[in-house]
Amino acid sequence: MNGSAWLPLLVVASALLPGLIIFALAEEKVYLRTALNLTGAFSKLLLTGWMLWGVYHGYQYEVSMPFLPGLDLVLRADALSLLFIALSGILWLLTTIYAIGYLEGSPHRSRFFGFFSLCVTSTAGVALSGNLITFLLFYELLTLVTYPLVVHRGTEAARRAGQTYLIYTVSGGALLLLGTVWLYTLTGTLEFKPQGILRNLSEENHPALIAVFALLIAGLGVKAALVPLHGWLPQAMVAPAPVSALLHAVAVVKAGTFGIVRVVYDVFGVDFAAELGVTGPLALLAAITIIYGSLRALFQDDLKRRLAFSTVSQVSYIILGVAIVGPLATIGGVVHLVHQGLMKITLFFCAGNLAETLGIHKIHEMNGVGQRMPWTMAAFTVGAFGMIGAPPIAGFVSKWYLGLGALEAGQHWVILVLVGSSLLNAAYFLPVLHRVWFRDPPDTWPAERDFGPKETAWALLLPPVITALLALLAGLMAAAWFSPLEWVRLIAQREFYQP
Amino acid sequence: MEAMLADTAWAVMLIILPLAGGITCFLWPTLSKTLGLITVAGVALSVAGLGRQMMENGVYRHAVGGWGAPLGIDLFADGLSLLMLIMTALVGLGISFYSRNYFKPQEAIWFWPIWLFLLAALNALFLSADIFNLYVTLELVGLAAVALTALTGHRDALNGAMRYLLAMLLGSLAYLLGVALLYHDSGSVDIVTLAEQVKPNATVWAALALMSAGLALKTALFPLSFWLPPAHASAPAPVSALLSALVVKASFYILLRLWLEIFGFFAEGAATLLGLLGMAAILWGSLQALCQTQVKLLVAYSTVAQIGYLFLAFPLASGSDSMIWGVAVYLAFSHALAKSAMFLAAGNLVRFGGHDRIADLDRVVQRLPLTVSAFALAGVSIMGLPPSGGFVGKWLLLEAAMVQGRWDLAAVMMIGSLLAAGYVFKVLGYAFTEAEVSHNAKTVPASMEWAALLLAIGAILLGFMAPEILSLTRMTVSSGAGGAAP
Repeated sequence: MNGSAWLPLLVVASALLPGLIIFALAEEKVYLRTALNLTGAFSKLLLTGWMLWGVYHGYQYEVSMPFLPGLDLVLRADALSLLFIALSGILWLLTTIYAIGYLEGSPHRSRFFGFFSLCVTSTAGVALSGNLITFLLFYELLTLVTYPLVVHRGTEAARRAGQTYLIYTVSGGALLLLGTVWLYTLTGTLEFKPQGILRNLSEENHPALIAVFALLIAGLGVKAALVPLHGWLPQAMVAPAPVSALLHAVAVVKAGTFGIVRVVYDVFGVDFAAELGVTGPLALLAAITIIYGSLRALFQDDLKRRLAFSTVSQVSYIILGVAIVGPLATIGGVVHLVHQGLMKITLFFCAGNLAETLGIHKIHEMNGVGQRMPWTMAAFTVGAFGMIGAPPIAGFVSKWYLGLGALEAGQHWVILVLVGSSLLNAAYFLPVLHRVWFRDPPDTWPAERDFGPKETAWALLLPPVITALLALLAGLMAAAWFSPLEWVRLIAQREFYQP
Repeated sequence: MEAMLADTAWAVMLIILPLAGGITCFLWPTLSKTLGLITVAGVALSVAGLGRQMMENGVYRHAVGGWGAPLGIDLFADGLSLLMLIMTALVGLGISFYSRNYFKPQEAIWFWPIWLFLLAALNALFLSADIFNLYVTLELVGLAAVALTALTGHRDALNGAMRYLLAMLLGSLAYLLGVALLYHDSGSVDIVTLAEQVKPNATVWAALALMSAGLALKTALFPLSFWLPPAHASAPAPVSALLSALVVKASFYILLRLWLEIFGFFAEGAATLLGLLGMAAILWGSLQALCQTQVKLLVAYSTVAQIGYLFLAFPLASGSDSMIWGVAVYLAFSHALAKSAMFLAAGNLVRFGGHDRIADLDRVVQRLPLTVSAFALAGVSIMGLPPSGGFVGKWLLLEAAMVQGRWDLAAVMMIGSLLAAGYVFKVLGYAFTEAEVSHNAKTVPASMEWAALLLAIGAILLGFMAPEILSLTRMTVSSGAGGAAP
């Protein structure tokens, strides 16, 4: 398997190369650009499939190059990184199709798709990083390449939102860097290893390690939108819908969360972190974020802003699952990485369809829209019920395992958080669904575009329907061998809790 | 062929070639564009030749005319000097490529001879092994730099050049007094001899103070940086790039040499002071840059801030980490690439839009994607974000600061990075806003855009060459003839 050691590099390159070529393309070369995008997306899926097979059968894929004295850049595919890669690969393909339809005829498309590909590149890098320095590199790269996407609209509001985004993320990056350097001076290594790298440190380092943990979590928490570091996320909603979809479901928010998972399991080691006493406060922070995000979502009339606060809340399920400490809670948290991605991207696709097709941006404009766009709204309904945690959609599986995990770990208060949050989710999604399906449509929509007999363009309609189906399947077939849940079980067995 | 390449006195070529080229350009101005570029390319090749020789034989020493030290003039190069020479050649090549199309004919007549003269002086400075030769070459560098600043003859430029001239003369005078005191004390100007003989006493302390102050003034260390922003901002873009990227590094290099070989062993208090000033420079320069409304001034203040980072090496090195000098040179290298790219990019913006007001930039930048990319990539290195030379340099400084428990230095570095992000994105923010294109745009030659972009890409790529470069800086006299490999 010598040649296949390069697979991680190829996965990163599969998005990078098309991106770089696209920058140089003239605006009107639509077909070439589309071909490049799809080639990249499909080859990434193929490579990911190959690696999934390999890792399942126990192969290791790793490539490294020297970077700093004593520190290498390492790309390594393990089970956890493949989970994230697979998610981002599938969603990249769908979002690309969606974006092609969404941006048809608008200016600066080469720039958009170029940065879009770079964004996927950095996400792949984040997923495949084999040590903290490589992670840091791609994490910062992600900040830089998502900025042009956030300000893509080019309005003054977009510029200001971009500024806010940068202030948050660059400061977060600085904290992460500080924590990373400090950790390195203590340990002399930054490798991601099952059970962490800190076991051998003596007792007197523990206060410093707690500080390092706080710095790392603060740095990652900015992107993961942990309260009170979440301020940029609702503002970044000025970006075009495919960007919001990608940002929320896969790229930025998930990169932060994925980083927290890595830090807890592969840098500190979850048992050691619990010994240090840092998981308790992290769980509390996650719980506060879950409740706070849901509360704020209740009061938003702007659909995208409501979804944004919902993201703040939902993403912290993952962190909660990690911080509860216990195999079942871990499974619930990490599998939510995929489940939340599928559901949230569905919701954002649908919000984009409403805006593009009918000019609807506010929730009070959504009366009876289910009659005009049944497929879109069916997908939306699946996503919303999934968020609430209704069986058999994927969100239910996550919550079920979180609840079991909390009981197993003896942390009963978590059940209260889960129930409270589910009620709040219901409170902010069900009224929307009621409007959509049971109220009468208005005589005219705010800004309707004509798509003939179809409810909207194919490129806009297919992606949300597919992701909604996937969310449904991930819940229905959670016990099948190919489900995300089974893969996460494999991760938990292999890496987090070795017998 | 092989033997001829190995035996050529490349170091001498480094000085003779640009001098000869400069004189030829002066005599045949019509040829100067082509000739100038060829000369600089020749210098770059000579640096490569010297590097090859040093890889085989280790530290390089050549007695000009067969007279060795202490009587004659020695040319000397170790890893640090070689790195500075490489930096000068690469940045010089980029700027020359850019300048071919930048200057009007009547300016080009002056630009090429003076720039080649400056190049000769810089190379000679990096190859000097005694503090008096360093003085002579430093003075030559300063005079050439002032002449370049005044090149356009505009009132702003003359004003800036005048301040610059006074600062330069004062700086060299202070340095020369220090040289005299050291010579009086030890009877030698050869750095190696001095390193053996100098013991701390009143005369040596006075020399240290004078030389450090003079060199700090020339390097524009805060608060002696008052002359830099007007001079750098008013000069033509390629000249600003030369000044910020190379000229300030020359005096910094001398200071670094003196501390590395002579003063570093006993002057911890002074090192602390330099470190404090470096910290102040980072904060003050970055804040000033953040407040500017014009691109070129912003970039100039950014230089003040980035020079501050170089001076953080002094207190860290006195904590007995000798690797840190290599880091300082590495950081200077990456700053040279990034800052020259930034100034050249700013020059393109001015050329295209006729002004450099940041708030009106959106009319300009969208038409120049390559230039904006250059500015952005250079900005990545200036902000110290990965992957770039700036990131690696700051990482190593940060690591040293933390190992030594210098949290104050670490904090200032982080704040400096944040402020840098602020001022870089202050410019870039306008790259994406929509404005009706409503001005009579001029065109910018492709070579000018590419020159800026290539330098910026160099600053990024430098981040991947850290192991090689750092091992090069470890090639010193004491490491013997073993060459670069540790």
